[in-house]
Parts: sequence; structure tokens; C-alpha cells
Amino acid sequence: MSGISVWPVAASEAAGKVDAIVIFLLVISGAILALVGALVLTFSIRYRRGSSARRGALPELVNREVEVGWTAATLLLALFIFAWAGSTELSAFQPGPDALEIHVTAKQWMWKAQHPNGAREIDALHVPRGEQVRLLMTSEDAIHSFFVPAFRIKQDVLPGRLTELRFRATLTGEYTLFCAEYCGTLHARMGGTVTVMEPEDYARWLAAQPEGDDLGREGRALFVSLGCAGCHEGSTVVRAPGLAGVYGRAVNLADGRVVRADEAYIRDSILQPKRDVVAGYQPLMPSFAGLVGEDELVRLIAYIRSLRTEGPS
Amino acid sequence: MSEALREPWDSLRRQREAASFGMWIYVSSEALLFAGLILAFAANRFLHPEAFAAAGRETNVIYGTVNTLVLLTSSLTMAVGAEAARARLRTLALRALGATLVLGLAFLVIKGFEWREDILQHLVPGPGFKLDNPETQIFFALYWIMTALHGLHLTGGLGAVGWLSWQAWHDERPLRSPAFEAVALYWHLVDIVWVFLYPLLYLGGRT
Amino acid sequence: MSEIATPHAPTAPARPHAGDSYLTAEQGIASWFLTTDHKRIALLYMAALTVFFFIGGAAAVAIRIELVTPAADLLSADGYNRMFTLHGLVMVWFFLVPSIPNTLGNFLLPLMIGARDLAFPRLNLFSWYLFIGAGALLLFALVAGGVDTGWTFYTPYSTTYSNSYVLTAALAVVLVGFSSIATGVNFIATIHLLRAPGMTWFRLPLLVWAIYGTSLVIVLATPVLAAVLLLVVAERAFGLPVFDPARGGDPLLFQHLFWFYSHPAVYIMILPSFGVVSELITCFSRRQVFGYSFMVYAIMWIAVIGFLVWGHHMFVSGQSLYVSLAFSFLSFVIAVPSAIKVFNWTFTLYRGQITFEAPMLYALGFIGLFTIGGLTGLVLASIPIDVHVTDTYYVVAHFHFIMVGGAVTAFYGGLTFWWPKVTGRLYPQFWSRFGAILMFFGFAFTFFPMFIMGFLGMPRRYQVYPPEFQVWHILSSAGAVILAGAYLLPIGYLAWSLFWGKRAGDNPWEATGLEWQTSSPPPRDNFRSPPVVDTGPYDYHPDGEGPHHTERAPHRMQGRQT
Repeated sequence: MSGISVWPVAASEAAGKVDAIVIFLLVISGAILALVGALVLTFSIRYRRGSSARRGALPELVNREVEVGWTAATLLLALFIFAWAGSTELSAFQPGPDALEIHVTAKQWMWKAQHPNGAREIDALHVPRGEQVRLLMTSEDAIHSFFVPAFRIKQDVLPGRLTELRFRATLTGEYTLFCAEYCGTLHARMGGTVTVMEPEDYARWLAAQPEGDDLGREGRALFVSLGCAGCHEGSTVVRAPGLAGVYGRAVNLADGRVVRADEAYIRDSILQPKRDVVAGYQPLMPSFAGLVGEDELVRLIAYIRSLRTEGPS
Repeated sequence: MSEALREPWDSLRRQREAASFGMWIYVSSEALLFAGLILAFAANRFLHPEAFAAAGRETNVIYGTVNTLVLLTSSLTMAVGAEAARARLRTLALRALGATLVLGLAFLVIKGFEWREDILQHLVPGPGFKLDNPETQIFFALYWIMTALHGLHLTGGLGAVGWLSWQAWHDERPLRSPAFEAVALYWHLVDIVWVFLYPLLYLGGRT
Repeated sequence: MSEIATPHAPTAPARPHAGDSYLTAEQGIASWFLTTDHKRIALLYMAALTVFFFIGGAAAVAIRIELVTPAADLLSADGYNRMFTLHGLVMVWFFLVPSIPNTLGNFLLPLMIGARDLAFPRLNLFSWYLFIGAGALLLFALVAGGVDTGWTFYTPYSTTYSNSYVLTAALAVVLVGFSSIATGVNFIATIHLLRAPGMTWFRLPLLVWAIYGTSLVIVLATPVLAAVLLLVVAERAFGLPVFDPARGGDPLLFQHLFWFYSHPAVYIMILPSFGVVSELITCFSRRQVFGYSFMVYAIMWIAVIGFLVWGHHMFVSGQSLYVSLAFSFLSFVIAVPSAIKVFNWTFTLYRGQITFEAPMLYALGFIGLFTIGGLTGLVLASIPIDVHVTDTYYVVAHFHFIMVGGAVTAFYGGLTFWWPKVTGRLYPQFWSRFGAILMFFGFAFTFFPMFIMGFLGMPRRYQVYPPEFQVWHILSSAGAVILAGAYLLPIGYLAWSLFWGKRAGDNPWEATGLEWQTSSPPPRDNFRSPPVVDTGPYDYHPDGEGPHHTERAPHRMQGRQT
């Protein structure tokens, strides 16, 4: 470590945008603080008791107009910052086309990651530089929060649901990963490293990982062993909707709503099948809540997602 | 204790105003306590409509309806009691307050029978819960919490009404005391809370 | 601070007007513990708050010592977690929320509006006992083994995973909440119904307005906290699942309900200090407050909008982006009234006759620290930045600037300002000025480094941390030593003043408020004859003129004795 830094490394696409707003706000805040400080000091000295400065009534100028003036000025400034910050956030929210999807499971007190080809890591995450990464995260116990200061990103990781986090790393290197939401005894030790590699290095690293079974293939095995295939597959697709190509598509529900079949929807459909029944089908499917763990859900979802290209039917 | 006018007031009219004004503020605070719980109920009901409908059908609507009538009647007697006290009609006031006490107790007894039945039917969340869908347990969690908290408030109200009646009976509290009106306001709050709970808990699954 | 409260006062040397003041009107322990005099109850609160301030402060000291090195030295991991939870619980609910309203407010509110007492004197005493009961419950939880959920009680950690005295602590907080509500009801009723003849709403001193706004927020927000904590208690104690994700419950629902109280709670803590600072600044610059009506509207604006911004605590929680945007917008909107207040205080100095007694130094320090706290809040209202700095030391620094740099500084300022009224004694100006300046620098030294390390990524609630943050932690801990000194110093000189301080006249600062027109300390019934009011507050100089060079006495006191 060399010297004392006052600015964190900026190693993601978002970091640059965030830093720009921070710098702007620093300048504005500095100016306002300097103004208030200067006024307080000047007035304190100039109008100290017994000084010869002029007193008397306030000048016409310094009156109601001034009050209305700075109310309006503050409001406009606040709205401007809101507009800028809000639009930055909105634009960051636009999902990119083909992101690299990595599943992250948090538990007291470790981070587990699983890459699309099945490679697993604990308290570490390797990602390629320049590629959009999409983390699909869930927790096995309390709430945790995935925080990488160098990327300026943070997202709480909740039990019982998926949250997602997107980023594009721009600088190779090793960056600290923290758990930012208090989660119990060893909260402070629940961290790890995020390693950003050149894409070719990443590919090499990935290939060198112990051969985990491909997530989708593992999911396929579960799909059969849990009996999902009995209704959702083959020629007898009458009791349940077929799943080929369903991922990412708009689905019409029995109550008239239309939802996009994303990970959260698939997950909910496995755990609470009666909530969003597909139009034209009866609510027959039993809930798998309590029967499938988070890891298994990850695999099932990966399998259903893989059907978008090569459906079995 | 026998003087109705208290420090720091100069007139009984002002003091009466303060007692009911203060009680109104307190009642609005209490209303938000139940509003918080009802909000939790509403949010969960929105998330799990079917589970809540299914669970709602398990509550005993007969007990619930009878209790609603009992409580509404008690609000009437309470209002009569407070007005009678203000008009210094001692006998009427004492009778009305007594009726309020009886009706309040009746509510708790009926509620007790209902709770007993709920327990026997395994409607207490946890292992061995009657319904399969785990989300129905949220309904019953809120059912128990809200009815228990309401019961607690009612018990507090009974205590206050009982105390006032006792004092009035023994001529230790003048009937002009603003306390009768204040306690009546509180009693109406407890009643109104139930008026909200009744459709949520008993009618929701039956429409 | 408390030293004067219960035990000493009756044994103090006999005064010339013995039996005259509220301190000597009645004798004996029972006359204190069964009193319905708002002034004595204020002192009871002061004694209790001093105890809690020490407990919470001791926890802060332990935290700062622990964080001097990156490794765990002093405490176990669980011990550290219990320590910051204790610090948060005690400081928020047993010190900051009741600090100004229940001590200064309790003492001054009836005096300032010309009343004999609060509307419900016995309720006032009852709320003190409720407070003490809740405090005892919390201390029991602490002694029995502590609580480790953080003051926020987030589910499902608090309901399922924590292995500590969550139930006791949560019930203590529910109970202390009801104590606050009782006080709030009392204050609101008092302000509505016990104002002296002629004391119209727009003649109320700003401290009264601030306490009025605070009481409204207390009464309407606290019950929701009680509701959500009761749900936590039910889930943890009786297995009644409301937030349990395994059964379809939603942990975010907890956060929404919790912050629906806890964000307004920030305003419960800071609004009263706005009132105190307004009183101080006007008095020591000898000027009418700049823009009285705007100051009033700003207080009410904050009290109302304060209910609508809670979601800005949840930008990274997984709530929808559009919801976050709405909360972000409202959070920017609420910055405006705070800015109005800062500018108005500043312009109250303009063309004044400023003197720099200790209370004024506290007030000027407040303006500086609160401005920093407010501006850094603007940063937090911007979603992309909040995503980066939330749950880091940046947030820790921000809310300490508001609640400690703001509220506690104002509390000390108010305490030194009204001390002569409360006790009838003056304290040494040199030491109190020194203490005020020391507090400003000690505070900035302690908490400013936290902004930097937070922005660098240091997460909060961490006992061990990467070594690159150490330098900031050392700075912060060193500052904390100075700050601790600045907090202890007033206790010393104020206690000294009780025995050897010069007697204060009725109005040592020559302020205009009604409370200064009665004797110091005031008689049991506050005023010897009921006051009548025919002007607004802060008439330090005639309209259309400024304060004189030679004449220090105010142009016109607010109200007169009949």
C-alpha cells in the first residue's frame, strides 16, 4: 500500500458516472459551505457588539424577496441534482443484451458464486474485463449486501427472493468485496475479492476450474427427478404449459395480467405456482417451497433458461 | 379527589376541552398503531391473495359477528354513560357504565371461546398448522397479533371504565369530571378498530 | 448535568427566598418523585438522561478504542456487535429523542407560553416513570447478555438468527415509545389550550413551534414503530410469521414500516434543536429573527414531508427503481426548508450587536456542523451515490453530523442558555466558552474522517477492517478523546456553579421571552401573576431600526405581568 488515498479506485463503468456527480456535488457543497461560513464569520466580526459598522433596519433588498429567492434557488438546485442523479440511475438500469450471468448465494458468513459452466468459487469472484456481468443473488439466511467499492455498486441480498446487480468492469485487478448489511457475528469478516481479468485470461481461468457439471445440465437432471418433466414436457402438454423458449417472453396470465418470464417469475412459479397461473391452465401445480433449496432453484432456472435456444420438444 | 377542577386549569370548560382534545390526539396515535398492523396485513394480502382468502374462511364468522354486535352496543351504552355523567344523571350513568362493563366482558368471553376453538383446530402458526399453504400462516399470525392487541386494549378500557364506575359509585369522582368523556372516546376507538378488523379477518375470504 | 437534579438541590444552602422557588417549595424525596411540577419533572428527566448519555457514551468509547487497529483487540466479534447496538439503542431512544423536548421543552414550554404547568401534569410524571421502566428493561437486556441486532432490528436476523436479548430490547423500545407519545400528547394539548391571553400562534417563540412540530411527528410516527416491533416480538417469541421469507413473508415490509417511523425520528431529534438555535442566535445578536413566518413554515414543512421520505434508506434493498426515484425526489425537496433555516439564522446575524457567550458559540458551531450534515444528506439523496456510500461510514458520519453535531450541540447550547433560569446560578464563562469551542473541533475531528473512509468503502458495523482504513480510524478515535473532554467539561462547571456560581438575576442574557420575566429559578406556579402578551417574540429592537450600540436591554419584552 502506498500512501494515503482519499479517492477509491474506479474500476467499473458506473464508477465514472458516480464520481462525476460526486465531484459536482463536492463543488456545489463546498461553495455553499464556504458561503455560509464566510457569511457567519463576516457578520460575526463586522457586527460584533460595539463595532462601528452601520446597524439600523435591514436594507430593502434583504427582505422577503431574498427569502423567496433562496428558497427558489435551493429548490431548483435540488431538482437539478435529482434530475441528473435520477437519469444516471435510470440509464444504468437499461439491461444490456447478453450479459454474463453468475449466480451468487450469500450465507452467514460467506459468498458463494457459480459461473454458467458450473465452476464454483467461495469468497471470490472472477469476471472478465469489459463484459457486462449480471449477478443473480439470493441469501440462505439473513439479509446480506454485495458491495464492491471500486465498482461503486451495492445490492442487498435477500432470503426468499432474487436480486440482481449489473456491472461492467473496466480495469483489471483485484478488488475488495464486502458484506455491507449487518448479518451477525462475523459480518465484518464476510468479504472476498473480485478479480477482473482480461477476457482471454478469464476464459483460461474458467477452463482450468475443476469441471463442475454445467448448471443447465444439473438443472435438467433435477427437472426430471422432481417430476417437472411429467407435466411440462413431451407431447402431453395439456395440463401444464411447455417451457421451451418461455424465458424472456411475455406470458399471459389467467387473470389477464401479462408478465415477462424472467428469473424472478420462474422462481415464483416454482415456489408459489398458484400466484401467476398461465392463461388457459388450471392451478394444479403443487408448490415446491421447502422441497428445493436455493442451489437447486439456481440450477432449475438455469435449465429453463437454456431452453430458449434448443427446446426439447 | 372530589374536586373536578384540576391544576393548571382555570375553568372546568377548558379542562373538559383539554381532556377530550388530548384524548383525540392519543386516539389518533393509537389508530396509527393499528394502521401499521393493518398495513402489514394489506401488504401480505396483496402478495398472497389466495392464501389469505383460504385462511380467511377458517375464522369463525359467527363468533366474529356476534362480537361485533356486542361491541357496537357497548359503544352505545358507553356514550349514554358519558352523556348522563355530564348531565349529572347519576343512576342512568352508573347503569350505562355497568352495561358497558358487562358487554365488554362478554366480548372477551366470546373471544376466549373463539380462541379456544382456533387452538383446537390447529390454527396457530407453526408445525402441525391446519392449512398446507405456508402463506396462510401469515394470515393467522396477523389474526392472533391483531385480535390479541385489540383484546389488550379492550381490557385496558374495561379497567378504566371499571375504575370510573367505582369512583362514581362511591362519590369519589364528581360526575362533572371530564374523565368520563375521555374514556368514552377511548372506548369508541377500541370499537372502531374492531370495525376494521372484522371485515379483514372474517369477511375477506367469504366474499 | 444531572448532579443538580434530585439529590443535591434540597441540601443546597438556604436561599434568601427559601420556599419561593420551585426547587425549595417542597422538601423531601417524595416531593421529587411524586411531583407534578413540569420543572421538577424536567430535572428528573435530566438526571435519567445523564445516566443514559454516560452509558451510550461508554459504548462509543469502547467502539472507538476497538477500531484503533484493524484487528480485533478489545472485544470479541459478538461483544463488538453488542456494543454498537447498545450505543445505537441508548443514544437514539434514551437520549436523543427525549433530550431537548423532555428536559428543556418540559421546563420551558409552559414558561414560554405563560402557563402554570403542562396540560396533564400527572401524565407528565407517568411518562417519566414509563421512561425509567423502559430504561430499566433495556439495562436488564444489557446486563443479561446484550443485544446484537443493531438499533434497526432488521428481520429476518432479529427474528430468526440473532442469539441475544432481542425481545427485551424491543419491548423496552415499545415502552419508551409510549412514554414519548404521552409527552407528545401533553405538549400538543398544552400549546393548543394553555397559551396566555394574547399569545397567538404567530407570536409563539420558535422553540415552541419546533416542539409542536416534533410532538406531532412523535404522536403520529411512534405507534408505527410500536406496531412493527410488536410484530418482531410476536414472530420471535411465539413463532407467528409475518416477515419470515420461508413462509412467504417479506423482510422488506419490515424495513418499510421501520423507516416509516425511523426517518421521521431523525426530525424528532433535530427539530427541537432548530428551535433552541433560533432562540440563541436572536438573543445574542440582539436582532429580531430573520423571516419568522418562513421559519415556522419550514418547521411544519419538515414535519410533514418527513413522513414521506423513508424509502431513501432502502435504495439498495431491492425496492423498485421507480419507488426509489420518488423517494429520492422527496428527499431533495425536504432539503429546502433546512436550507431556509440556515440562511435565516445567518441573516439574523446581519446588522446585529453580536456577543459571544458560550450559548452563542454553541449555536454558531451548530450552524456549521448542521450545514455540513445537511449538504452531505443531499449527496445521499442522489441514488447512484447512495448506492455506493450507504451502509458505509459515510452514512455514519452524515447522521452523526446531524444528530450529534446538530442536536447534541444545540442541547448543550440550550442547557448553558437556560441554566441560570433552571438553577438561578451563573457558571464561569471562560470554561464554558472553551468547552463550546472544544466541542466544535473535537466533533469535526472525530467525524469528518468518517466521510472520507466511508467514500473509500469502509462498511459500517465492522469490527475488523482492511488496513488501508486505519489512518482514518486513528484520526477519528483521537478526535473522540477531545470530544469526550468537551462533553464532560460542562458537567464539571455546571456542577461547580450550583455551589459557588454567582446568583443569576431574572434575565441574565436580557432576552425577550416570557420565561425570563419570572424569577430565576421560577416559583412553583411559574408566574406570580398571569402574564398577558401583546407582541411577537424577539422584539430586541424597534421595527425599522436596528439594535443600539449602547443600550443592550431589549426594546420590548414579550408580554407583561398583570
